[in-house]
Amino acid sequence: MAASGVFALWAWLAPALSFLLLSLVVPLRRSGRPAAWLSIVLSAGALVSAIAAWHATVAGMARRMLWEWIPVEDGVLTSVGILVDADAARMLILVALISFLVQVYSLGYLSDEPPPSLGRYYAYQSLFAFSMMGLVLAPNFVQLFICWELVGLCSYLLIGYWYTRPEAARAAVKAFWITKTGDVGFLIGIVMLWSRTGTFDFSELFEMAKGGSDILAGLGLITFCIYLGAAGKSAQFPFHVWLPDAMEGPTPVSALIHAATMVTAGVYLLFRTAFLFEQTPEVLAAVGWIGAFTALLAATLACVQTDIKRVLAYSTVSQLGYMMAAIGAGFSSAGFLHLLTHGVFKALLFLAAGAVIHAVGTNDIFAMGGLARRMPQTFTVFLIGTLSLAGIPFFAGFVSKEEILGATWAGGLTIPFAMLVLCALLTAFYMFRVVFVTFLGQPAGSHAGGHAGDHGDHPHDAPVIMSLPLWILAALAMVIGVGFAVWHPEAEVEAPRWLTPLAVGVALAGIVLAWLVYGLRVISAAWLSRLLWVLGEAAEERFWLDDLFALIYRRAILGFSLMVGWVDRYIVDGVLNALSAWTLMAGDRLRRIQSGQAQDYVYGIALGVLLLMVWMRWPR
Amino acid sequence: MTLQAYLTVAALLFCIGLFGVITRRNTIGILLGVELMLNAVNINLVAFARYLADVSGMVFTVFTICITVAEVALGLALVILIFRIRQTAVADHLDLLRG
Repeated sequence: MAASGVFALWAWLAPALSFLLLSLVVPLRRSGRPAAWLSIVLSAGALVSAIAAWHATVAGMARRMLWEWIPVEDGVLTSVGILVDADAARMLILVALISFLVQVYSLGYLSDEPPPSLGRYYAYQSLFAFSMMGLVLAPNFVQLFICWELVGLCSYLLIGYWYTRPEAARAAVKAFWITKTGDVGFLIGIVMLWSRTGTFDFSELFEMAKGGSDILAGLGLITFCIYLGAAGKSAQFPFHVWLPDAMEGPTPVSALIHAATMVTAGVYLLFRTAFLFEQTPEVLAAVGWIGAFTALLAATLACVQTDIKRVLAYSTVSQLGYMMAAIGAGFSSAGFLHLLTHGVFKALLFLAAGAVIHAVGTNDIFAMGGLARRMPQTFTVFLIGTLSLAGIPFFAGFVSKEEILGATWAGGLTIPFAMLVLCALLTAFYMFRVVFVTFLGQPAGSHAGGHAGDHGDHPHDAPVIMSLPLWILAALAMVIGVGFAVWHPEAEVEAPRWLTPLAVGVALAGIVLAWLVYGLRVISAAWLSRLLWVLGEAAEERFWLDDLFALIYRRAILGFSLMVGWVDRYIVDGVLNALSAWTLMAGDRLRRIQSGQAQDYVYGIALGVLLLMVWMRWPR
Repeated sequence: MTLQAYLTVAALLFCIGLFGVITRRNTIGILLGVELMLNAVNINLVAFARYLADVSGMVFTVFTICITVAEVALGLALVILIFRIRQTAVADHLDLLRG
């Protein structure tokens, strides 16, 4: 049991070492490939340690290692350290695994980058792995919040990795800005919780919650504030607008940060603090409703995107909504299970999409087509990921998705349940839309630019260093799916018997619809969108939510900034300028006294002495 | 003669000297004014020495006279130097320190 803590600590500190080396030893960082290999080797070490930590955990037991951090008069305000239980160890493995595979994959994907910026990329990657593991292992809210902000920073840095492109820079700022909005709420929630209970520590809070202490009664506002942070990070409505834009970063980054790990931090937070949220059923219900609504909204948006990464991004938002819905229904472990499986197959999808983009040099799915023959390996793994996401039996997403549906049904959230079922249909539809258009349709004409254009030959499968992580993830998605089917895990909820046929039927319906529209083309897409005329148009415009945010930003915040700027310029600065002008003027007047004539000074001295004498002899 | 008579003379002499220092345009004249003021002080010292029958006042006077001689020598040397450099010894023209 003790070993699990030590192994987890190693897993946490390995990327920290890599980051320190890469950031402090400048020649190493600027050397590019050696820096990459250092980071990869250490993240492999982290993966091994994480697996060892998981192997050493004992069910139902949490291992804590704490170091005092901020001492105050009576004891310790907060400490740093690790809190490992079976779930944290599973999450740790997910983070370490995806991080390792993405780092290997990036070596191929970013092979054209100059060495210094490759080194910078791996420094960011290491920092991200360290921060994310710190978040996963955090024993209290303070460490969690710090790591929370650190992963946000890494996300910002990696979205803006190609910082010379204005879209990337803007997307980075947008992501940072919107997640920060939620984080303000999170911070307020943490401080309010502390002022109520006097502790940041998860274990102590858990004891309080278990003991039925009435300190924890009426936490609604606090948990809602904490949820705001989770909603910002996990791209819940209305904060979801940053995630699709975050696709401006390199595709492996999207796979790691914006699909598998960082964006799920919000779900993980809610899972970790589920005991707090259980005290406030009204907030939980809101979480469930917002989650289901986000899932449906993002799924409709994903149906009209033409950028392959944006389809996947909206799909991520949608799946995060799924997880949130399960947590909102009160079955946080169902959400967590989906987090783990989703992490695997969504990273797989992103990396496969990255291989496609790498090969054809465009993100537009309608500029691709017929890639199945040219990139058979990529097609296979992409199909495995798609089937997992669609929730087909014997693939990774099936069990976890079904558990979420069961959880929302059992939790009594009937309308969210209906939304999620509709969302499952749309999920299968938009994913197979991508498959049919990209891989199975007629080959598009000439591919402008890109990798293929450079070499003058047709698109081909990615090199081994990129395809190996794909195959590992695909195998994992299969193993998880088949494993769940064979050793059916004990479901937390007794799902109704009609649920499995419903889920599979809906997914198959979505696939068939996509096949009819984009495979056989018996139903024209234009006709379909005319059928849903308002919805289609609204989805094209992303439901005007991005415009709304831009409007808020331009009008409200910029207006307020202009006002504050005016006050600063003309009132605060004005007072100071007037003071300094008066001082100058007074000095200029006083200057005249200094005539430089010695006689004037003597005159002054004599007068002064005379005045002193008069003053001394003045009758009082 | 009473002490007051001496003191009155000394005060008058001091005021004349001060008036000279303040009003003379010529630097030499200013120096002369300073001499008058110093001598007014000397008269005071001697008068008090006699009045109090204490010799220390007279000793002070001797010192003052010595120092005055040195001061005049130094002052005249400065005036000559200033005249050589600036081609003038009029106090109004010497205003390098004007603010």
